[in-house]
Amino acid sequence: MAQKGIREFDAKRMMSKALPDFSNGKIKFETNQVLIETNTNLKKLEQENPWLKTEKLVAKPDQLFGKRGLNNLLYVNKSWTEVQEWINERMNKTVTIKQTTGETTGELNYFLVEKFVPHEEEYYIAITTHRDNDTIHFSTKGGVNIEEVWDSVVTLDIPIFTEIDDFDVKGFLPKELGDKTEIIAEFIKALYKMLVEYHFVYLELNPFTFVDGAPVALDAVAKVDDYASFQCAEMWGDLKFPSPFGLQKTIEEEKIDELDERTGASLKLTVLNPEGRIWNLVAGGGASVIYADTVVDLGFTKELANYGEYSGNPSTELTYGYTKTVLDLMTRKKDPQGRPKFLLIGGGIANFTDIAKTFTGIMQAIEEYEEKLKKTNVEIYVRRGGPNYIEGLKIMKDMGTRLGIPIEVYGPETHMTKIVSLALDKKVGE
Amino acid sequence: MKNYELFDENTTAFIYGTQQRAAQRMLDFDYLCKRKKPSVAGFITPTGVGNYKLFWGTKEITIPRYLTVADAIKENPDADVMVNFASERSCAESTMEALETKNIRTIIMIAEGVPQRDVRKIAKLAKEKGKWIIGPATVGGIKPGCFKIGNAAGTVENIRDTKLYRPGSVGFVSVSGGLSNEGYNIVARNTDGIYEGYAVGGDVYPATTLIDHLLRYELNPNIKMMVALGEVGGKDEYQIIQAIKDKKITKPLVMWVTGTCAEMLPGGVQFGHAGAKADSKEDTAKAKNAALRKAGVVVPNSFEDYDEKIKMTFDKLKAEGKIEEIVEPTPPNIPMDYAQAVAEGLVRKSTNFVSTICDETGEIHNYCGVPINQVIKEKYGIGGVLGLLWFKKDLPQYARDFIELVIQIVADHGPAVSGAHNTIVTARAGKSLIESIVSGIVTIGPRFGGAVNGAAKHFSWGIENDLEPREFINQMKKKNVRVQGIGHKIHSIDNPDERCEIMMNFAKDHFPKHSLLDYALSVQDVTTMKKNTLILNVDGTIGVLFVDLLKSLNYSDDEIKDMIDMGFFNAFFIIGRTMGFMGHYFDQKRLKTPLYRHPWDDILYDVPNKPEKVK
Repeated sequence: MAQKGIREFDAKRMMSKALPDFSNGKIKFETNQVLIETNTNLKKLEQENPWLKTEKLVAKPDQLFGKRGLNNLLYVNKSWTEVQEWINERMNKTVTIKQTTGETTGELNYFLVEKFVPHEEEYYIAITTHRDNDTIHFSTKGGVNIEEVWDSVVTLDIPIFTEIDDFDVKGFLPKELGDKTEIIAEFIKALYKMLVEYHFVYLELNPFTFVDGAPVALDAVAKVDDYASFQCAEMWGDLKFPSPFGLQKTIEEEKIDELDERTGASLKLTVLNPEGRIWNLVAGGGASVIYADTVVDLGFTKELANYGEYSGNPSTELTYGYTKTVLDLMTRKKDPQGRPKFLLIGGGIANFTDIAKTFTGIMQAIEEYEEKLKKTNVEIYVRRGGPNYIEGLKIMKDMGTRLGIPIEVYGPETHMTKIVSLALDKKVGE
Repeated sequence: MKNYELFDENTTAFIYGTQQRAAQRMLDFDYLCKRKKPSVAGFITPTGVGNYKLFWGTKEITIPRYLTVADAIKENPDADVMVNFASERSCAESTMEALETKNIRTIIMIAEGVPQRDVRKIAKLAKEKGKWIIGPATVGGIKPGCFKIGNAAGTVENIRDTKLYRPGSVGFVSVSGGLSNEGYNIVARNTDGIYEGYAVGGDVYPATTLIDHLLRYELNPNIKMMVALGEVGGKDEYQIIQAIKDKKITKPLVMWVTGTCAEMLPGGVQFGHAGAKADSKEDTAKAKNAALRKAGVVVPNSFEDYDEKIKMTFDKLKAEGKIEEIVEPTPPNIPMDYAQAVAEGLVRKSTNFVSTICDETGEIHNYCGVPINQVIKEKYGIGGVLGLLWFKKDLPQYARDFIELVIQIVADHGPAVSGAHNTIVTARAGKSLIESIVSGIVTIGPRFGGAVNGAAKHFSWGIENDLEPREFINQMKKKNVRVQGIGHKIHSIDNPDERCEIMMNFAKDHFPKHSLLDYALSVQDVTTMKKNTLILNVDGTIGVLFVDLLKSLNYSDDEIKDMIDMGFFNAFFIIGRTMGFMGHYFDQKRLKTPLYRHPWDDILYDVPNKPEKVK
């Protein structure tokens, strides 16, 4: 992964630290905000943030989705007591939210509470990053769906290898800003410098306004390049990347995530349909996508049980753990119509991985699940190439014969995804 | 070399990093292609200089190491490629450094996780300078007959199977490095082979994209058709469509964009690659495949018929007479690596060394089969560990305790003894810890510390020959041998040495057998009648008690004799006393004592007036 969304809370936290620095103190950016989770100690929070009890407040979920107003998830100009009650009613509740891309269902568990700011002007700014340049987008008509007023947006491209100080930022801003031009230009410069130094790849404030001459962001959407975390750890502070809203992980998926984080190897698992009969156990990020694609492209979308991959030369222990998790999921229930299930142990031609060695962990798990695999009528298809693949395929085949589990093995002479159609053509269609 | 070529058969490269294995694979490829000289000119390794040894066929050759890019270039002005294996933390910096040189024209960034902004800068600078970057997050690529990047294309067997040692007519490019091998395989099996093939890497902004390479292939008259493998996410594929519309790409192109299943997955699931994520409808694999098909690209229905489409396209070109027949060269044999042959059970070799006391080759080191963690958990202690490493036995607790008791008792007997004295003098001469204690240890032998072994030997001889104590002393006297382990400066029968008492009492309380001690004490009865300081001293006690210990542990007399002969008993003295020597060394260093010079008045100078003349 590389581009990761961060919470509005974290974006504003970083801005309050960075903007005064990047503007030589010309831009003050004060934030009065707290983040409330399920187990937040509200009494303690109240003591550390006395303004909560004295100010009017705004509350909203902070979970990487927008359009909170439209979805009735924006609570404005309320007292601390009211806000607590409002959050209480919603915390850990499952909701379906409407977004431009469609509907998403998920659990609410993070809320941002900040000081309510009475204001009149609402401006829009976004900075996007591209291969050859970054682009600053500005409009005086913030606070709405910006696509509706796209004509009002002015843009300024900052090519890579150039400095924003070399550009006429004031000149690109709309003339109607009048005496606000100066401060907005300073604000934009500071934001841009932060974007560069903090390795943001996207930043949008819609809207922002001014209170006593200082900018205040009423909303913030940001993504950072997590590849830069080794450079930015100190700047970013305590930054955790939230999962996208609606992506509730199962226990098994979380278990694989844990294995993944523990090692240099890569292990991924997403269960799509536990009732599906086609289970993928594929080596390599690229190959794993193609196997899932092929199942879908051949018209068996509803039978596709999982997406997943293992790569980066995982140890025998890891492949064993990973395989066990997949086998456990696929052998929990028999197909209601008694049809066979398929385990596709696929992959391309490896560069370094000793195939026989990686199969050891997989085979340990298969041997352990022998009874269950037989009970749920599982058939196994293998396709793989690379160092020592002949031996790997042989021991796999021998194991099938020994255990009495149907198993077919193929090497590089067979097209990579052939095992998908071999399994599907013969059996699934019946 | 033309602008559209990255490598030819004379290309030489630097490997940035210590990747000897990847370099070996490059050299194997070179050899297979019958290149005249190796493609690796040198390694750039900021950790050190010197050479790495690699194989050129069956022969070993050395490849130099340089500290910096500049050093490497100075010695190898013709090398124009850098295969950069630096980690994601330093890859951008070293790539930038190479970009700024006049010589390096092509750089391959292998690392995954290089910050995007850094890569964007690198990509821009490279384009401005007319240079080529492949990566980051890639395995590289291959140009059959000319050059192979690092680990690309996998094993020698795979290169042979897919005929990557000689050029075909197809230019291949993929996003995924992991799939590039598969791509070469598919192309090899359905056409006359790869002319060149690269993986641009799965990042959001690979420094060069599919289109950059396809445009190169278009210009290259040796490439007759192109095969590409794209990925969901980003809009790079639309540039290909534009290039076709602009007639910048006219050669047949077979292409598939993977990730058609993405819409099936819940929002936010990230595929293996950083760039593989659709942010808009246009980015989806389905949309891209449809648009490519519309533009005239040969797009299969799924990955399933990708191979057939490639074959059809190639066969058509062949039927049109656009493909020249290839005269198949016979690639030479590459000897199998020894490690691989061992792994596959093809060779065996007798060993020069044997170890029966420990093994460090497993997951956790073990002492005589006991993993170290278990040694700690089960409190083997120093005595238990010596039991495993010296005796090769899991000793009972009393034996472990006795060994530790002995080590403590012999740890130090003051600065005046020869070993400690030597250590001190050496330390004061400004020498190191190891030199100082070695000078002490070398004095241990028959006269210093060696009495332990001697006593064990003497008393054992006596008891074995059933000699009454008095008879034993007489026989020794007759042989003109002093009984070792008898006699002390201060202690006497009336004023016993407490150290000996402790050991003897321990043995009497815990050893199942202590016959040699009993024998030695009966000898002592005789000797102390002559003089009351002729008691069994510390060395003697240790010597006889170790024999008793070994007997208690069921060692045979012959085995015990062997152990005495190999100096086993002295070993306990050496290990204990070394602790003392080290103490003296540290003591002298802390005190900052100056060089020792022995005073004249302590030396008798008895030199003759003149030497005896020898005729």
